[in-house]
Amino acid sequence: MEITLELIVFLILAVFIVASSILAVTTKRILRAATYLLFVLFGTAGIYFQLNYSFLGAVQLLIYAGGITVLYVFSILLTSSQGDRAEKLKNSKMFAGLLTSLAGLVICLFLTLKNNFLPSHFEHGELPVSAIGMSMMSGEKYGYILPFEVISVLLLACIIGGILIARKR
Amino acid sequence: MIHMEYYLVVSTVMMFAGIYGFFTRRNLLAILISVELILNSVDINFAVFNRFLFPGQLEGFFFALFAIGVSAAETAVAIAIIINIYRNIRNIQVKNMNELNG
Amino acid sequence: MEYTILILLLPFLSFLVLGLAGMKMSNRLAGTIGTVVLGIVAIASYYTAFDYFAAGRGVDGAFPTLMPYNEVWLPISENLHIDMGILLDPISVMMLVVISTVSLMVHIYSFGYMKGERGFQRYYAFLSLFTMSMLGLVVATNIFQMYLFWELVGVSSYLLIGFYYTKKEAIAASKKAFIVTRFADLGFLVGILFYGYYAGTFTFTPQLQMLASAGAMIPLALGLMFIGGAGKSAMFPLHIWLPDAMEGPTPVSALIHAATMVVAGVYLVARMFPLFIDYAPEVLHWVAYVGAFTAFYAASVACVQSDIKRVLAFSTISQIGFMMVGLGVCYSADPHHGGLGYMAGMFHLFTHAMFKALLFLGAGCIIHAVHSNEMSAMGGLRKYMPVTHITFLIACLAISGIPPFSGFFSKDEILTACFEFSPVMGWVMSFIAAMTAFYMFRLYYGIFWGRENKELHAQHTPHEAPLSMTIPLVFLALVTCGAGFIPFGEFISSNGQSYTIHLDPKVAITSVCVAVVAIAVATWMYLRERQPVADRLAKTFKGLHRAAYHRFYIDDIYQFVTHKIIFACVSTPIAWFDRHVVDQFMNFLAWCTNASSEEIRGWQSGNVQQYTRVFLGGVLVLVLVLLLI
Repeated sequence: MEITLELIVFLILAVFIVASSILAVTTKRILRAATYLLFVLFGTAGIYFQLNYSFLGAVQLLIYAGGITVLYVFSILLTSSQGDRAEKLKNSKMFAGLLTSLAGLVICLFLTLKNNFLPSHFEHGELPVSAIGMSMMSGEKYGYILPFEVISVLLLACIIGGILIARKR
Repeated sequence: MIHMEYYLVVSTVMMFAGIYGFFTRRNLLAILISVELILNSVDINFAVFNRFLFPGQLEGFFFALFAIGVSAAETAVAIAIIINIYRNIRNIQVKNMNELNG
Repeated sequence: MEYTILILLLPFLSFLVLGLAGMKMSNRLAGTIGTVVLGIVAIASYYTAFDYFAAGRGVDGAFPTLMPYNEVWLPISENLHIDMGILLDPISVMMLVVISTVSLMVHIYSFGYMKGERGFQRYYAFLSLFTMSMLGLVVATNIFQMYLFWELVGVSSYLLIGFYYTKKEAIAASKKAFIVTRFADLGFLVGILFYGYYAGTFTFTPQLQMLASAGAMIPLALGLMFIGGAGKSAMFPLHIWLPDAMEGPTPVSALIHAATMVVAGVYLVARMFPLFIDYAPEVLHWVAYVGAFTAFYAASVACVQSDIKRVLAFSTISQIGFMMVGLGVCYSADPHHGGLGYMAGMFHLFTHAMFKALLFLGAGCIIHAVHSNEMSAMGGLRKYMPVTHITFLIACLAISGIPPFSGFFSKDEILTACFEFSPVMGWVMSFIAAMTAFYMFRLYYGIFWGRENKELHAQHTPHEAPLSMTIPLVFLALVTCGAGFIPFGEFISSNGQSYTIHLDPKVAITSVCVAVVAIAVATWMYLRERQPVADRLAKTFKGLHRAAYHRFYIDDIYQFVTHKIIFACVSTPIAWFDRHVVDQFMNFLAWCTNASSEEIRGWQSGNVQQYTRVFLGGVLVLVLVLLLI
C-alpha cells in the first residue's frame, strides 16, 4: 500500500475527527463541547473536499460551522449558569451507555469491514456546480425541484416557529 | 489509495460517539451537540456511498445537502425550545424536565 | 289456633323495637313495652293451653298433635325438607306456659332489680329475644327448626351472661358458656344429619320402614342428639359453663339458667322419647346413668359452696339430673308399666321451673340487699326481709320434697319410676334427694339464720326488696304451693293416654323421711350462731372438702386439657404453621409483586435517554440474532 499525500491528509483528518468527536461528548465543559463539534464539522468539510464535493464542503462550512455553531455558542452563553459543569453521572448509567455504544460500534465496524464493497476507489473529478444547480432546479427525473421547495417551506416554518417559541411572553 | 471502508470507519466512530453522548449527557445543549454528531456521520455516509458506488448520480449528494438544511432547521427550533425552557425553570438539565411526567 | 303465631312474633317485634329504638326510649318505657308484650304472650299461652286441653282427646284417647303452621322453608330433596311451623302437643303447650310465666315474672322483677343499670333497654331487648327463641324451640315442628332456635337460645344466653361486658369474669363466663354448648351442639348437629339421612325426614314422626332399615344408626343419631342436650342441660362433664354463667344478672339466671333454657336438653329427650323407647332403650338408660351421676356430683359440690348463686346453680344441675333420670328410667311407653318416668320428668320440669325461678329471684333480692353473693356477708336476714324469707323457705321445702309443696309430688314420681326400674337406682336417687334437702337448708340457714355479719349489716342495713320484686316472689310461691295438686298425668303421659297420679305410700314415706332427716341434720349443724359440727367436719375431711369446694377440679382438668394439651400440642403448631408458612407464603407473593412492580416502575421512568439506550440495545440484539441465524 503506497503512501500518497491523499492518504496522509485523510489520516490526519480521520484522527482529527475521531479525537474531536470523542472529546466533544466526554468533556465536562459545554462550551468546549461546542468547540470540539466545530472541529468535527471542519473535519467533515475536509472529507467532503477530499471526495471532490467542494459544494457540499462549502455548504457544510457555511451552514454548520458558520451558522449552527454560532447559534450553539450564543445559546450556551445565554443559558449557562454557575459554570455549567455537567453534574456527576451515576457510574452504572455511564457504564451502561458506554457498553451499549461500544457494542454497537463493534458490531457496525465488524459488518462494515467484513462486507466486500466492489469499487475500492473512485474516479476523481470535480462535480461541477452547474450540474448541481441544473439537477436541483430540474423537474424531470433525478430533478430535485420539489424537495428544494419543500425545504424552503420547512426553513420558513422554522424561522416562524423559532421566533414564536423563543419570544418573550 | 483510500478505501471506502476508511471513510465508513470514521463515520461509524463519530456516530457512536454521538450516541454515547446522547446517552450520558445531562445538559440539553450537550445532547443536541451529540445529535449533530450523529447527523454529520450520516451525511458523510451519504456522500461516500454516492461517490464510490454511484458516481454518475447525485442522490446521496442531495440527501446530504438537504440533511444539512434540515439539521440547521432542527437546531434552530431545538435551541428556541431550550431557551424557552431556560426562561421557565432557569435550568436546562435533563433531570429537571419532569414537569410533564404527571 | 292460628293466633299461636303471635306468641312467637310479639317477643320478636319487641326485640326489634327495643333493640333498634331502645336507646331513644326512657328506661321505664322500654321496660313497660317488654313487660306488656310478655304479658300478652303469657295470656296467649294460657289461652292456648286452655283451648288445647279443653278441645279434648282424640279417638285414640290421646291429645291430638296440632300444627297450625307448617311451611316448607328449605327443600333439600323430594322427601327431606326443613320446615318452619308451630307444633302443639301436650309437652309443647306445657312448656309454653312455663316459659311465658317465668319470663313474665322475670320481666316484672327486673324492673326493680335492674333499676338504674346501664343498658336497661338492651337488657329487655335480649330478654325478648331469648323468650322468642325459647318459645320457638318448644313449638318446633321438626328437629332442624328446633336446632335453629336452640342456637338462638344459646346466643341470647351468651349475650345475657355477658351483659356486664365491662366485667372480665362476665366476658369469660359468656365465652365459656357459648363455647362449651357450641361444642356439644356439634354432636347435636351431626346427630340431626344422621337422623335426617337415615330416617329420611327431619320431623318427629318418621316412617317406620325407614327406621327399621336404618338399624344401629338411629340409636347413634339419638345418642349424638343427647350430647347436644347434655351440653345445654349442663350434664356431667359438660356442666362446667353453668356455674360460671351466674355472672349474668340474677333474673337472667332465674329465667335462662334455672327455669327454661337449661331444661331444653330434657325437652329434647322428651321430644324424641317415642324414638328412644322404641329404637334405643339402651341409650335412654345411659341418659339415666349420666343424669344420676350428674345429680350426685352436683349435689355433693353444692353442699360446700359459699356463693349462694353457685349453690343454686349446682342445685339446678342436680335437679336437671333428676329429670334426665326420670326420662331415662323408662323402658316402655305405657305409663302404668315402665313409662311413668316420662310424666314424672316433665312434671318435675314444670314444678322445678317455678320453685327454682323463685329461689333465684329470692337470691336476687338478697344480693340486692347485701350487695354480695357470699354467704359470709349474710346470716340473720329473716328480720330484715320477711317476704323474701317466707317465699325462700317455701321454695326450699318444695325442692326438698316436703308435702304439700309441688316438689314433693314430682320428685316422688321420679323416685317411684326409679324404684320400678331398679332398687339401686331408687335408693341412689333417694340419697341424692336427701343431699338436696341438706344443702338447700344449709343455704337457707346460712342466709336467714346462723352467723350474722353484724359489722356489714350495721354499715348498711339490709332492707326488703321493692314491690316489683316481691310480687313475682309471692306469685311463684303460690304456684309452688299449688302446682303439686295439678293432675299432671291427665295432660301429659308417655303414651298420651290419661294417667291418674297415685302416690306409692312406701316411696312417699321413704322420701319424706330422708328429707326430714336431712333437714334436721342441716338444722342441727347450721341453725345456730356457732357451728362447731360443720367446722369440725370441714376440718376432718379437709381434702374432700377442698376438692368439693373446687368442684372436684373438673374445671381444672378442662383447663389442663385445653391449655396444656390442645393449645400447646395442637393449636400452637398450627398457629405457627399458619403464621410462618401460610402467611409467609402470602407475604412472599405480595413481596414478589411489590418487588417486580418496583422494578417495572423503574423502566417507565420518562427518561428518554434510558429509553433510547434500551432501544439501541434491542436493535443490537436483533442484529446479532439475524447475524447468527
